[in-house]
Amino acid sequence: MTLEVLDAGTLTTIQDLGRFGHAHLGVPRAGALDAPAAALANRLVGNGRAAAVLETTLSGLTLRTHQARTIAVTGATCEVTVDGRAVAHSEPVSVRAGATVELGRASIGVRTYLAVGGGIAVPPVLGSRSTDTLAWVGPPRVRDGVRLPVGTCEGSPAPLDVGVRRPAGAHLRIAPGPRSDWISDQAWRDLDHAEFTVAADSNRVGLRLHGPPLDRARTGELASEGIVLGAVQLPPSGQLVVFLHDHPVTGGYPVIGLLEPDDLAICAQLRPGERVELRGQSSSGRGAGPSAGSSTA
Amino acid sequence: MTVVRIIPVGDHARLVEVADARAAVSLALWARERGIPATEIVPGAATVLFDGLDGGIDLPAALDAWSQEEPVPAGRQVVVPVVYDGPDLAAVAALWAVAVDEVVRRHTSVEFTSAFCGFAPGFAYLAGLPSEWAVPRLDQPRARVEPGSVGLAGAWCGVYPTASPGGWQLLGRTEAPLWDLARDEPALLSPGTGVRFEARP
Repeated sequence: MTLEVLDAGTLTTIQDLGRFGHAHLGVPRAGALDAPAAALANRLVGNGRAAAVLETTLSGLTLRTHQARTIAVTGATCEVTVDGRAVAHSEPVSVRAGATVELGRASIGVRTYLAVGGGIAVPPVLGSRSTDTLAWVGPPRVRDGVRLPVGTCEGSPAPLDVGVRRPAGAHLRIAPGPRSDWISDQAWRDLDHAEFTVAADSNRVGLRLHGPPLDRARTGELASEGIVLGAVQLPPSGQLVVFLHDHPVTGGYPVIGLLEPDDLAICAQLRPGERVELRGQSSSGRGAGPSAGSSTA
Repeated sequence: MTVVRIIPVGDHARLVEVADARAAVSLALWARERGIPATEIVPGAATVLFDGLDGGIDLPAALDAWSQEEPVPAGRQVVVPVVYDGPDLAAVAALWAVAVDEVVRRHTSVEFTSAFCGFAPGFAYLAGLPSEWAVPRLDQPRARVEPGSVGLAGAWCGVYPTASPGGWQLLGRTEAPLWDLARDEPALLSPGTGVRFEARP
C-alpha cells in the first residue's frame, strides 16, 4: 500500500514521537510539533501512538490512496475533501482505493496532521521516522510525486474520540529557566502578561517572539550547554525564541525560561503575526539552583 | 573532579555545572556507563544536561559517587589525516606570529578530546588547544564551508561533517567520514573520543 503525493504544499514532513538518545551527537529530537493532534489522528485510525503521520505547514496537501484505508485529519483547521466531496475534520474517514484526498489551506492554526491506518512506513533513521528540519536527519521532506509506503493496519478505527480543546486567546506559561538570572527581577515581572507577536521566521526549530525589550542583568555569551525542548532563549537581538522539536542540541545564549510542556502544542499552531501573551509562573525559584549535595526535588 | 552546582531545568531535567570541558565529558561518559536513567545525557563546554530523568533517581547522590570514583578511561582514539591547505592558515600563522609550518606542527602535536557535539550532527567541539593559541572567529562567516574542513574558533578545533555556513578559521581538510548513519556509532568524533591530526601531502 502506498500514498501517492500529488501536491506536497509548502512544507510537508513525516513525523512520529521523535528521535531520542542521540542529542549528544548533535541530532535534534524532531517529532510532531502538535503532539496531541498527531496522537488523536493516530487513535482515530486505530494506529499506535508511535505511528508516523504527515505534518503540513499552512498550505494544503493532495494525495491519492492506492488501497482502501481509514484516514483522519487533525490539528490546524482546514477543508478536507475526498474525491471532491467534503468530509469531517478530526473524525475517521474510510477512503476507497484510488481516491484523491485533498487538504485545503489551514484557516486556523498552522500544522495539520494526516494519519492513515497502518502509519507511514518509511525506514526509520536512528530509531525514528521523523524528519528533522534543522540538520535534515530522517526521511527527506515530502515532495510532489513521491510514493510513501504505508504499514499494515493493526487496530480498529476509534470514531468517538476528541482532541484537547484549547481556550481561545491562548497564552503561554513560562517558568524560570536555568539562566533566568541573566535578566533582572524587573524584567521577569515585566514578562508576565506581556504581549508578543509571532515572528515570520518562526519554524519547527523555534517560535520567535517580538515584544518589549527585556532588561538584562548580565551580558555576554555563555559557554555552550545542552538545551531542552521548550527552552526560552534570549539571544543578543533580544527576540525571544521558544525552542520547539527541531531545536539545536546545544547553544550559547541564556535560557531564561521554560515553557509549560502542555503549551508546546499551542506554539505549534501560532501563526506569524498572531499576538500571544506570556504568563510568568512563580519567580520564587529564579536564579541559581541548589548546590550539589542538597535536595533538588 | 567535583560538581559545581546542579540547576533544575523544569521537572525532568537537570543542568550540572562542572569545572571545564574535560570534566563535563568525563561526567557524561561516566553517567552513560553507569546507566544514570536519563533519555539524553548531553555534555556542553562546562556542563552536562540530564534530560528526561527518571523521577526516582537521587542525582546529587549519584554525582557524589562520580566525584569519588576514578574517571572513566578515555574513549576511542582517532587519527584524522589532514591536508593543510586551508584559506585561513596564513591568518592563523600571523595571529600566532609563527610560520605556516609551525601552525601545522602545533596543530598535529595537540592531543584533542571531543568534548561535545552541536551545530550539526557529528560536529564535535575538540578541546585541548592551549588558551594562548585561541583565535577569533571570522568577522564575516563564510556562506559555505566544504565538508571535511578543519577549523579553529576560540580554543576549540572542529571539523565540518557537512557543507554549511561557518565562521571558523580553516586550516585544512580531511576525507575522514565524520558522520555515517550506516555505522553503529554514526559520529566519528563522539564525545570522549581522543583525536590527533596528521599532516598529509
